[in-house]
Amino acid sequence: MPDRPVSNVLEAHQLSKEVSSPEGALTILKQVSFTIAAGETVAVVGPSGAGKSTLLALLAGLDLPTRGHVNLNGANLSDLDEDGRALVRAESVGFVFQSFHLVPSLNALENVMLPLELAGHDDARRAAREIIDKVGLADRWSHYPAQLSGGEKQRVAIARAFATEPAVLFADEPTGNLDSRTGENIMELMFELNRNSSTTLVLVTHDNGLAARCERVLALDAGGLVSDTRAAA
Amino acid sequence: MKAVRFALRSFGRELRSGEVLVLLAAVGLAVAALTAVGFLTDRIGKAVARQANEVLAADLRLRSQSPVPDEWRALAAEYELQTADTLSFPSVVFRGDDNALSTIKVVSELYPLRGAVRVSDELFGEQREVDGIPAAGEVWADGALLARVGANVGDVLEIGELQLTVSAVLTYRPDQSIGFASLAPTVILNIADIDSSGLIGEGSRVRYALLVAGDESNVAAFNEEIQGILPDEIRVRSQEESSERAYNAADRAQRFLSLTAVISLLLSAVAVAMSARRFAQRRMDTVALMKSLGATQGFVITVSLVQLMLLGVLGVAAGSITGYVAEELLASVLSDLLAGSLPGTGLRPVILASGSALVLMLGFALPAMIQLRNTPPLRVLRHDEMPPAPSRLLVAGLSLAAVAALLYRSVGDARMLLILIGGIIVIAGALYLVGRALVAVIGRARSGVGVAWRYGLANVARRGRDSAVQVVAFGLGITVLLLLTIVRTDLLEGWRASLDENAPNHFLINIQPHEVDAVGALFAQNDIEVPTFTPLVRARMTTINDESVKEREYPNRDGEWLANREANLSWSAELSASNDIVEGTWWALDYAGPPLASIEEEAAMNAGLMIGDRLNFTVAGRDVEAEIASIRKVNWDSFQPNFFIVLSPGALDGMPTTFISSLRIPDEKQPMLIDLMRAHPSISVIDLGAILQQVRGIIEKASLAVQAVFLFTLAAGIAVLFAAVQSTIDERRFESAMLRALGARRRTVFAGVMAEFAALGAAAGVLASAGASVLAALVAVQLFDLPYEFNPVIWLAGVGAGILVVCVSGFFAARGAVNARPVDVLRGAPA
Repeated sequence: MPDRPVSNVLEAHQLSKEVSSPEGALTILKQVSFTIAAGETVAVVGPSGAGKSTLLALLAGLDLPTRGHVNLNGANLSDLDEDGRALVRAESVGFVFQSFHLVPSLNALENVMLPLELAGHDDARRAAREIIDKVGLADRWSHYPAQLSGGEKQRVAIARAFATEPAVLFADEPTGNLDSRTGENIMELMFELNRNSSTTLVLVTHDNGLAARCERVLALDAGGLVSDTRAAA
Repeated sequence: MKAVRFALRSFGRELRSGEVLVLLAAVGLAVAALTAVGFLTDRIGKAVARQANEVLAADLRLRSQSPVPDEWRALAAEYELQTADTLSFPSVVFRGDDNALSTIKVVSELYPLRGAVRVSDELFGEQREVDGIPAAGEVWADGALLARVGANVGDVLEIGELQLTVSAVLTYRPDQSIGFASLAPTVILNIADIDSSGLIGEGSRVRYALLVAGDESNVAAFNEEIQGILPDEIRVRSQEESSERAYNAADRAQRFLSLTAVISLLLSAVAVAMSARRFAQRRMDTVALMKSLGATQGFVITVSLVQLMLLGVLGVAAGSITGYVAEELLASVLSDLLAGSLPGTGLRPVILASGSALVLMLGFALPAMIQLRNTPPLRVLRHDEMPPAPSRLLVAGLSLAAVAALLYRSVGDARMLLILIGGIIVIAGALYLVGRALVAVIGRARSGVGVAWRYGLANVARRGRDSAVQVVAFGLGITVLLLLTIVRTDLLEGWRASLDENAPNHFLINIQPHEVDAVGALFAQNDIEVPTFTPLVRARMTTINDESVKEREYPNRDGEWLANREANLSWSAELSASNDIVEGTWWALDYAGPPLASIEEEAAMNAGLMIGDRLNFTVAGRDVEAEIASIRKVNWDSFQPNFFIVLSPGALDGMPTTFISSLRIPDEKQPMLIDLMRAHPSISVIDLGAILQQVRGIIEKASLAVQAVFLFTLAAGIAVLFAAVQSTIDERRFESAMLRALGARRRTVFAGVMAEFAALGAAAGVLASAGASVLAALVAVQLFDLPYEFNPVIWLAGVGAGILVVCVSGFFAARGAVNARPVDVLRGAPA
């Protein structure tokens, strides 16, 4: 944990990512820098292959940049080993994925308890019940993922993401696998929870309408940051 | 702690999902095979230990072909030792017209000095230990004998000239031999009755024994004193020597059974490795997710290990129960082979099997778990991100270490272990190559077949490595089952068929010289061709070329045994029709010179004897020297009386002689044998047909037991198949969905999958048939001396069984993949 209050919860410094491929080194991200303040809602947009997911992976410490570094809630992720980054995530990060990623062997409640337990929360069950109620699944908590609809699964995923009251919530195309009506409901829920908890939201999306609902839009193209727009409130 | 809690919580759900069942089954099977064999060998071991300690019914036994002189009894008394006398010989017991060959055991007061005789008061009644021996005029008879002559307790049996009342059913005597007890059931009678029985004559096959027991140090002192002064014809055996032999025999049986179990274990190991790989792959998404949510590597590996251990515990529990039940069945099949009831078993086999299961899981599942721990969290975003594969060195090292640890227990010797592991690697490698070759042939065949078959055969070829492992696994199991079922009956039938139609079916032994004419006359009266009566003289070899037979070195143990045991000698002017001279010359018909000898070929080789060697024998205190003049080949299957050593006429004149004979008595004339046995009670008539029948029964039962152990091998093969199908199930679901989306009917897709299994099964069948044929040929030539005849039934049965077993298990393993709805599969139905 940082020993000083931080106003910038995320800082990307000259992030570059290269991977080797049969055709030689391939640059996926080129010297991307920006900062995100606590409580901001930020959309990352761009065409397929622009490097959105790579950027998300680097920001969350799921992967390491070839050059540059990320400060997440005051910690330089490049200085940490895999377990160290995992601990930072346990402390300050939540995720919502396009394909939900619920653990099939755990029921809805247990899925929500998982990050709480990993973070060493004392009363994981009670906290998980509260948030399950908030996402509207009070009577579905004992169901297993296979017994839930797509929208319900994503609600569980959102409950899981907010359960630890993370400093940053990363959402990767959260409505990509849902019909538009359900997608809208899900986004409504996410923004509402975000407002109530003042969590920083970093949202990767193709959907311009969705991006427009964020305070700020970072546009990527061919691995470079091409625009950083703040929406009028 | 939270890792353990998490592992426990998700474990139940994992179980219900069925994903881990194959891993569970593989562990369970390994444990079942090990415990079944472990329980059985434990029981046999206990039975042997119990019997080994009592096998002499004394601490020391002095045995001789003639009564043990009183001086030894007196000497034992000086050492304050107890003594008892026994005589045993074969004889026929009558009840009315029924009769049966038995071992007559004549005992004096105090028998047995060690251990106890057990009897029951009625057939199959409750058994109890008894003190003392049957009263004069009474006998205790083995249940098998009573059954054969249709008698029960209280009935009267005729033995020689005696009429004796059965006062109890004999269920156990300490000095009965282990195994084959039913060949000649025992009757115990009181030594007071023997003089009036008319059973003991000159040269009878009677074994006299003086049993000695008492204080350990006194026994040792007595033993030491008699060692130097005991005449050659009296042999001493101490309890230690006896138990050592019994233990050695049991040890060999146990090792053989353990090794058969090890084959199932190794196949289970393959299934464990395959299903652990699948177990890990299925968990990669969850692990990546947990890591993205902040789980450390330690957490991940703890969860996996705890779940693996839980699986292990369940597998051990299920396997132990299966193994226990299987062993109970085996033990009941084997109980009458192993003389008397088998003692109960302890928990040791379960503990050993659990340890083995742990080693198995560590050796074969750990690499997959280590790989799982290294799953990159990035996989939550990029599904094709894989952890680096565990190093080959680690995988090979761990599995070799595990195999070595498991085998060491069965082998118990480092050098043997190395040889065995080397052998396993070579054989497994060779089998694998054969499997690969068969798979390659299948792959080639696909251009000339329809769409379903092409799809199936292409699958076999594409998964070449897994296919080859499956072919070998099934091939091995089926080989042994084939060998034991078809080939066994084939060989026994072949052997029987090879016997001459007119081959003798009865042996007559113990015919006294004065009885020869009367017996011949009796056959003549019944229109039976009078057989040749061959003389037999009991002798002991003393020297070979003036060197003591005890000190001489022999090419092998058989030779040493031959020279040192009591020899049955015969003489003859003519060479028997079932003999051929291979070296030297047979003596002239009217030869009357110094004694010459003719030696059987193998005996000469084993004892290192050559033409011109001089052999000295002692017969009833007289010395005979003979020079080897020829070496003979003997056709033992002729059932003619044959001897290792035959002397020239006149060499044994005046020595105590009995005659033996063999002849064919047609079924309808067999009742005349009863007259013969009544008139000449000391002659033993041995019914070869009945003995062949019994030997067959024993072989049947023993092979049934071995087959049962190999059923575990087949089950392990099925586990390998399930594991292999499961590890490709996602691929299969996708392919099946694709094919159906492209317009294939479900039936076509299904036919393709079945074609794949049929091809695998056929390949396994080919491997098994070839293996069984080669082994059968070896057994035929080496063991039965039969030319091997090609049997097409083996190939039909082998390939048929292969296709059937693999298709049926494959059907259950893969039907889910074919039945999945294409739309769900192609959409990827995320959780």
